[in-house]
Amino acid sequence: MSRRVVVVGAGFHGCSAALRLSNQGYEVTVIDKAYAGRHASGVNAGGVRRLGRHPAEIPLAIAAWERWQNMTSIVGDDCGFRPVGQIKVAESDNDMAILTERERQVHNLGFHHEKLINRDELRKRLPALAGHCPGGLACDGDGFANPYRTVTAWRREAERQGACFREGIEITGIEPKGNGWRLSGGEEHFDADLLVNCAGAWAGELCKWLGEPVPLTAEAPMLMITERLSPFLGTVVGATSRPLSFKQFENGTVLIGGGVRGVVDTVRHVAETRLDGLSENADTVVSLFPFMKEARIMRTWAGVEAVMQDHIPVIGLSSQHDNVIHAFGFSAHGYQLGPITGEIVADLAMEREPKLPITPFSIQRFQTPCPE
Amino acid sequence: MITHDLVILGTGPAGMAAATMALEHGITPVVIDEQPAAGGQIYRALERTPVRDRQILGEDYWSGESLIKGLKDPQIDYRPATTVWQLTRQREIGLLHDDKAEMICARHIILATGAMERPMPIPGWTLPGVMTAGSGQILLKSAGAVPQAPVVLAGCGPLLLLLATQYLRAGVEIAAILDTTPRDRYRAALKHVPGALRNASTLLKGVGLLRELRRAGVRHIKGVSALRAEGSGQLERVLWKQQGDDNWQTLETPTLLLHQGVIPNTQITRAVDCHHEWDEQQLAWKPRLDEWLGTDIPGIAVAGDGGGIVGAKAAGMQGQLAGLGAALALGKLTLENSTQRAQPIRKALARDTAIRPFLDVLYRPAKQWRLPDDDTLACRCEEVTGGEVRRMAEMGCRGPNQTKSFTRCGMGPCQGRMCGITVSELLADANQQSVEETGYYRLRPPFKPITLGQLAKAAEEG
Amino acid sequence: MFKRLSPPEATNEAVVTFRFDEQTVTARPGDTVAAALLTSGISICRSTPVSNAPRAPYCMMGVCFECLVEVDGNPNVQACQVEVRDGMHVHTQQGARRLIS
Repeated sequence: MSRRVVVVGAGFHGCSAALRLSNQGYEVTVIDKAYAGRHASGVNAGGVRRLGRHPAEIPLAIAAWERWQNMTSIVGDDCGFRPVGQIKVAESDNDMAILTERERQVHNLGFHHEKLINRDELRKRLPALAGHCPGGLACDGDGFANPYRTVTAWRREAERQGACFREGIEITGIEPKGNGWRLSGGEEHFDADLLVNCAGAWAGELCKWLGEPVPLTAEAPMLMITERLSPFLGTVVGATSRPLSFKQFENGTVLIGGGVRGVVDTVRHVAETRLDGLSENADTVVSLFPFMKEARIMRTWAGVEAVMQDHIPVIGLSSQHDNVIHAFGFSAHGYQLGPITGEIVADLAMEREPKLPITPFSIQRFQTPCPE
Repeated sequence: MITHDLVILGTGPAGMAAATMALEHGITPVVIDEQPAAGGQIYRALERTPVRDRQILGEDYWSGESLIKGLKDPQIDYRPATTVWQLTRQREIGLLHDDKAEMICARHIILATGAMERPMPIPGWTLPGVMTAGSGQILLKSAGAVPQAPVVLAGCGPLLLLLATQYLRAGVEIAAILDTTPRDRYRAALKHVPGALRNASTLLKGVGLLRELRRAGVRHIKGVSALRAEGSGQLERVLWKQQGDDNWQTLETPTLLLHQGVIPNTQITRAVDCHHEWDEQQLAWKPRLDEWLGTDIPGIAVAGDGGGIVGAKAAGMQGQLAGLGAALALGKLTLENSTQRAQPIRKALARDTAIRPFLDVLYRPAKQWRLPDDDTLACRCEEVTGGEVRRMAEMGCRGPNQTKSFTRCGMGPCQGRMCGITVSELLADANQQSVEETGYYRLRPPFKPITLGQLAKAAEEG
Repeated sequence: MFKRLSPPEATNEAVVTFRFDEQTVTARPGDTVAAALLTSGISICRSTPVSNAPRAPYCMMGVCFECLVEVDGNPNVQACQVEVRDGMHVHTQQGARRLIS
């Protein structure tokens, strides 16, 4: 017998959960207050990155990376994935020491996807880079994809598997009903045997209603994009001790992001860009690629992201209810993990042991009582 | 960052009148304009036009002289050749002048950024040699430049007829006016004539233009229902069909000037996310304004065509109102005084704009001029066709922000200015939903491209 | 193609001279680069980065960004928004701009 599931939030993780749950025969309704991919999932920098992950996320990122390789067979679209590699550049000897230590740490955990490269190798891979950089940490096979296109592809595949998407409905209330839940939104009610919280920056609200508040803040990483430039960069470039993500698309435009924060307007549910932050970003770019000072910025924007206090997501069962699953708070680096979220949620729904280690992401980590 | 009482953007009639009115009430405004010379598009290059025969451009053009004189009051901080690349809801303004970026702040802002011509996406509209009627007029005003060979003017609206008569007076040969006003439109507009008579002088001016063209024997082809521009690498000929006739007719010409009326230039009001609504009468987006022309953002007002098309004279009156609104907001006038002062202006404004319903109905652009066919470019910059936008709708894109990831439509150098309204209307049509529901591009700064170098410096100095 | 009602040379006015690609162009002070090009028999100012299609000034008021040219080494300048200066070097712009060779 199929069970009714309501997924709150039609971002990448919500779509991923919807697809995998529909696959398993659940009757899935996804509810979004705007539209699929409106916020973080649709407007992020599109980095597909295992490089520099929190140790707890590495197994998930590697599993997700395998899904990215086979994107077309999963959702019928490659989602614009280009495995051009990513390099975190060291701007000083101190940076180089940090990267060396990072490589050692990752190796000790038994992973070998991050490789230290020296000055010559860096020069070979990034001929356009300023001369002062002593090396970097590279991750071959990482790359970028097209965020909104990704969400759309997953959403459409979920729909083909039977999931129903309801956009423009804001959930305003939730109450227990029988063994499940009744959600109210607009003029409607939605009954569910199982509730999946993929509400991103708005997930904290749901948690509050469910009696398990979490330290989540909405943040707005800013991005800017240039005019079309003739090709000079294949790899995605990051910096070590300042926020930066820098990549050139096939159409010649260059996307600059990496975490400098804008302002979240919680009333209008939008993110605003902030000049000083963008300037800081511009400064980083110009010091790494001096010729970029002549490049024209065409647009800037910011997306609303859920950031947890400890910068790793909440993935797992509710601590209060056995019919609620959480997957939110990816802290501005969840895009790459999207393909794996649905599989984990489906495992949890079917009461199977997830095939990936998710204990570090339990919501219970915020509930440890303080020592007296 | 320096904070000014009042910053006005634009020096068309609305901006200039607002500045003068504000000054009258003890406010010394900063007036920013992208053009090197004052006057906006309507009074473009008035102080230095090489067209000295005043009859060519006509008395309405020269009537801008007094407004410009008002703007040049030494107390007004007028800054020409200055581009605005950012405006925040906290009224911080990013400026670019002589390659230098700068931030200023304002207690009150009046946006007088005027109108732009409605895009008219016909086959071949990107060919060199195809321009707009407005551009023809700008060339005439600013450089005394006119088409070398017999020109074809196509479309409808007052500006098209005005340009035709200005050309006529300047001795320019007009090969034909291809008038796209549908024939039944005249009858539909008739019922608005009594109202329009409240502004009889403008109505008569229009009649006068038509008579002048007729007397000169200009070939005026009415009821044009299809139009295309052709040529290899450059315009060579114009083809058209007339209502009731299925045959293409042809004229050889190197210059085609298109016009389908004007629409508010909402680039900046959109970027600060003022509330906008779709005006079904004018088939255009406009910001929602209160009685002092204030937007829903405190301290930001819009005067003139940028808030809905009203024409030059009414734009000046709105500028005065916005100037009073600024005086009220800045505590220079009491509500009572400003209301009293505004009363005769509001009256005159109502009289002047009484002609709008008539013009809006008569020159309402037909669907084929607004919705490009499948093979015609909607987005000129990124070369996205009408058909591609329709396919986006089939894929499930309900609004223009969703199409961007698939086609780059609206993401080129013009930042969506040229295709914005077309894409909204195309998606609304394909999805059978209202334009209001379909929405518009979410715009973000910079309003004009700024280099990374300029941006990096802006923060240092801000 | 456009002509002037009264050419500056004919009226003994001061003129501005600048280079457009390999050509010398004469203009009236205060002209925009776009107006100067259009009145000098130059009708194409760039090719698009998408299909290499030729483009020319279209709106003359800073909206359409069709008249992008390179001015004194600065690419993507709106020719309709910049006034001519003596000795200026203007170049057509082909496709996407190049920042490094």
